[in-house]
Amino acid sequence: MNSAQQYIDLYASQRDLICHHSAPVMNAVRDAAMEQFQQRGFPSLKEERYRYTDVTKAFAPDYGVNLNRVQVPINPREVFRCDVPNLSTHLAYVVNDQPLFERDIPYVSSLRQACIDHPELVVKYYNKAATGLALLNTALAQDGLFVYVPKNQHMERPLQVLNLLRSGVDMMVNRRVLIVLEEGADATLLLCDHAMDRVLFLTTQVIEVFCADRSRLDLYELEETHTRCRRFSNLHVHVGSDCVVSHNSITLYNGLTRNTTDVVLDGERSEITLNGCVVADKRQHVDNNTLVDHRAPSCTSRQLYKYVVDEEAVGAFAGKMLVRKDAQKTDSKETNANLCAATTARIYTQPMLEIYADDVQCSHGSTVGVLDEQALFYMQQRGISADEARLLLKFAFVGQVIDSIRLEPLRERLHYLVEKRFRGELNKCTGCALCK
Amino acid sequence: MLEIRNLHASIAGKEILNGVDLTIRDGEIHALMGTNGAGKSTLSNVIVGHPAYEVTQGTITFNGQDLLAMKTEERATAGIFMSFQQPIEIPGVSMQQFMRAAVNARRKALGKEELKATDFLKMMRERRKLVEIDSKLVNRSVNEGFSGGEKKRNEIFQMAMLEPTFCILDETDSGLDVDALRIVAEGFNRLRTDETSALVITHYQRLLDYIHPDFVHVLLDGRIVKSGGPELAQEIEDRGFDWIKEKQ
Amino acid sequence: MSDNENPKPKHQRENEQPSNEFVRRVAEEKYKFGFTTDVHTEVIERGLNEDVVRLISQKKGEPQWLLDFRLEAFRYWQSQQQPSWGHLRLPDIDYQDISYYADPTVKKKEGPKTLDDIDPEVMKTFDKLGIPLEERLALSGTAVDAVMDSVSVKTTFKQRLSEQGIIFCSISEAVREHPELVHQYLGSVVPYRDNYFAALNSAVFSDGSFVYIPKNTRCPMELSTYFRINARNTGQFERTLIVCDEGSYVSYLEGCTAPMRDENQLHAAIVEIVVLDNAEVKYSTVQNWYPGDSEGRGGVLNLVTKRGHLRGVNSKLSWTQVETGSAVTWKYPSCVLSGDGSQAEFYSVAVTNNHQQADTGTKMIHLGRNTRSTIISKGISAGKSENSYRGLVRVGKHADGARNYSSCDSLLFGNQCGAHTFPYMDVQNSTAVVEHEATTSKINEDQLLYCNQRGISTEDAIGLIVNGYAKDVINKLPMEFAVEAQKLLQVSLEGTVG
Repeated sequence: MNSAQQYIDLYASQRDLICHHSAPVMNAVRDAAMEQFQQRGFPSLKEERYRYTDVTKAFAPDYGVNLNRVQVPINPREVFRCDVPNLSTHLAYVVNDQPLFERDIPYVSSLRQACIDHPELVVKYYNKAATGLALLNTALAQDGLFVYVPKNQHMERPLQVLNLLRSGVDMMVNRRVLIVLEEGADATLLLCDHAMDRVLFLTTQVIEVFCADRSRLDLYELEETHTRCRRFSNLHVHVGSDCVVSHNSITLYNGLTRNTTDVVLDGERSEITLNGCVVADKRQHVDNNTLVDHRAPSCTSRQLYKYVVDEEAVGAFAGKMLVRKDAQKTDSKETNANLCAATTARIYTQPMLEIYADDVQCSHGSTVGVLDEQALFYMQQRGISADEARLLLKFAFVGQVIDSIRLEPLRERLHYLVEKRFRGELNKCTGCALCK
Repeated sequence: MLEIRNLHASIAGKEILNGVDLTIRDGEIHALMGTNGAGKSTLSNVIVGHPAYEVTQGTITFNGQDLLAMKTEERATAGIFMSFQQPIEIPGVSMQQFMRAAVNARRKALGKEELKATDFLKMMRERRKLVEIDSKLVNRSVNEGFSGGEKKRNEIFQMAMLEPTFCILDETDSGLDVDALRIVAEGFNRLRTDETSALVITHYQRLLDYIHPDFVHVLLDGRIVKSGGPELAQEIEDRGFDWIKEKQ
Repeated sequence: MSDNENPKPKHQRENEQPSNEFVRRVAEEKYKFGFTTDVHTEVIERGLNEDVVRLISQKKGEPQWLLDFRLEAFRYWQSQQQPSWGHLRLPDIDYQDISYYADPTVKKKEGPKTLDDIDPEVMKTFDKLGIPLEERLALSGTAVDAVMDSVSVKTTFKQRLSEQGIIFCSISEAVREHPELVHQYLGSVVPYRDNYFAALNSAVFSDGSFVYIPKNTRCPMELSTYFRINARNTGQFERTLIVCDEGSYVSYLEGCTAPMRDENQLHAAIVEIVVLDNAEVKYSTVQNWYPGDSEGRGGVLNLVTKRGHLRGVNSKLSWTQVETGSAVTWKYPSCVLSGDGSQAEFYSVAVTNNHQQADTGTKMIHLGRNTRSTIISKGISAGKSENSYRGLVRVGKHADGARNYSSCDSLLFGNQCGAHTFPYMDVQNSTAVVEHEATTSKINEDQLLYCNQRGISTEDAIGLIVNGYAKDVINKLPMEFAVEAQKLLQVSLEGTVG
């Protein structure tokens, strides 16, 4: 079965409509992207980077696509008021794949607007790293977010983007984010995925990030959707010299998620941190795949991914550190730790080193383990029930990832959410219309 | 309070205890002495309900309840506390989180309401002073990076928080210097009430200089072979265990 | 005075001179097993088709079932593509340009019966390799099966071993003398469908060793097979089958060399090991096939499938390998841990220099309860070589209490080479504990300096440090092999740091 065909057909028949509701810069690269996609199709399970996620199957159902850009009739503030207490952010909404701003937010606009305001930037940076599944997104995406922080400017308040999925029918959503930080710029972004309806959602997302020399970026992604959501996210980060970049990806609730994170360290002395925390049960499937490409000397990379996988869930992690010939003095470390909480659950882990420079410090560690029996006994001797003790240990296990979050209010909020998640109390948060 | 009758227990199919009888009444302190491998730690682990040990025969009742039918945590919330020989480190679980869960579990068993956060913190502060434990330790993960002495002190601090009625001190003196031993023992003495009973497991007289037992028992090859008053401990200190063995 | 006027450049020159000289000498002399043997060898025509498969079978006088097995494997091989997933650039192999059978013992119809029947040149070859075939000269406590090209030349101590019911002979002989055992176990661990090269081997395998240790027997000496490729344009496709019955023990050694030739030589072997209840097998390899010259010309393509099946409860299997040779190594000695309580080990040192490429590692498949496996891999890359560890640890649903520990270290010399680690872990059991760690580093310059300061030359210091680094693995080898392996490591790396 070739589920790629329906997307090829869709594009062939709806190309004009797609372009009509989009911007020329985005339209300019569509045909080429589609042509490449047509040649390659979906990556199969035999492809090294897609061993653990069946892309073809996820894309096979017949999803609706809102090519006409019909406004989804909701006031996002009314349906969704979950936010992070004590964290003052600028809030933007993306309903399915349509950006929605209630007021002007500094440094942020829709991609379509950006094509008018900063066409030269969009031309320069848009679709520069698209490969694989990102190609399909390039062919179909009609709008997105554009974050641009000019030289030496600081985003005073973090930008929080609520990605809301809302539809009465099975729906495909193609989201796009372009982030450009000029020299010395500083930005903090928080992207939260929520699904408001129990239909089947298929999201493709491409986030392209360009960090010029001496810039700083903290990017947080939180997924709290439901079991009928499939998410394919491709994050491409291009890093110049002397940058400090961190990405945290937290998956608390989902259906099938594949996050591909590609980082190119192109300048000297930069630091990149990639963290991930996954809590999965039922039949959740979470596959994080990273590639950190050290092209320049003296960079540091750190990766820490922790999974707790229960019931019939599948957790997969594959991370490669590529150290090229000229990337001497690289300091690179990758850790993946997993708890397999049930014999029906499954964990795949594949940490990889590919190294061509000799003056480097590279290491990875990967573990699949069980909760510490002695710690459980100790806690029980103190009167803590076996269930509670297990919960505390699981919580401590993933807590290490959350502790690394720099924004304190967010860190606290995530500790709270993760604990709720382990207690099975998620989706009952106060303030959200759905849960009332 | 605690009544052990003809207790047989084994680990991994190997019998360690073969017929222990011991009665501890309210307010009594019993010392249990014996050589390595005599089964002292097995006895304490069986009392608190370590899952690796299997009771093959005999009974233990605690305040009239069938202890062996209770889960580890039920025994704990009923008032049994063990100060571990080697307290485990639990990275990532803060002392606060841990103690709050334990204190509330104990309160629930006693039919009391959960403590409010502020009251709990106040309680932590007060009890901390009793055992002269640094606030820094209490803010860390459970036992993580603690020295041997700090771990033992932390055990007594937890005892202070949980207010047990029956305590087992499993070789609390091992690895402690004299000062640390004094602080730990004095902490224990301060905490005990007329109703508190204890089973103090030790190799040496040293600890018993601070915690005065009412009775002393000698465990040998899985059975209590000799019982007596405090003078028995002194006799063992002077003469070792061999003379008891020879008598057998 | 005038001599001292310009001391610095002179000093530098002195330093350069010997090191260049040294590199040259190493390049030329390093591979000391590169000689050829001039012996009358019957080589069948190059090319591979069903008739060739039938011819090999016929030359060996095999029963019908074995011919059928070969033909099925051949047909399967034809339907498959050469795998490309390794981190390797495999030269194009023209399977029709290789001869699949070369017999240096052809003079005698039935194969050599006594030492007198063996061509003295062949005897000399093995003498030169340090493998005397006369039992009185043999290494103490080691029985040898010497295989040259497609044929087993001689198996020593056969008689003495058979007194204990131990069968140690060439696989061709085993097919004739013990067909029921061979039929029962051949292909039971590595089926011909396993992979492309396993299918090829199953179709055309020539010789190799067969070992059967009867119940409750501790094999009194090390068993060893020495493989030698000699003839030009031939491939070697040996097949080894070891069956260790209940409660028994055997230690088995494998050594390999080949002459220096400008073209690649294909070596696609299969080793199958069956370990029954409470039995233990140790399998050690010192692989020193010709690695090609410093420009990357020639060398053996070593494409090998090795696997042990730990069928019995509490069975044990240990793979130890020291890989210094071959232009290309593609080899993953693996263990299937089916028996409850079975234990497996994989200890490996792989050295690559010049243009060598190695993609090697193991698979540990945990199926039984309370199974344990340990993986220790040490990669050393120098020159322009590529050295990859690739390993899979799988814990099946029913493998309660499975434990695995893997540690993979890589050492790099210079930035012309690559060191890579590709571990795969797949866990389906909530009671499993799987741990993997890997590090990559260069040789510690402080250690070098320390050695230098104590008057040890850089070359010797590297030898010392590398041997220290590989010690965990070398220590697993039987004594005589360990000494050999240490020398080999040092020789393989000479000239890598100036």
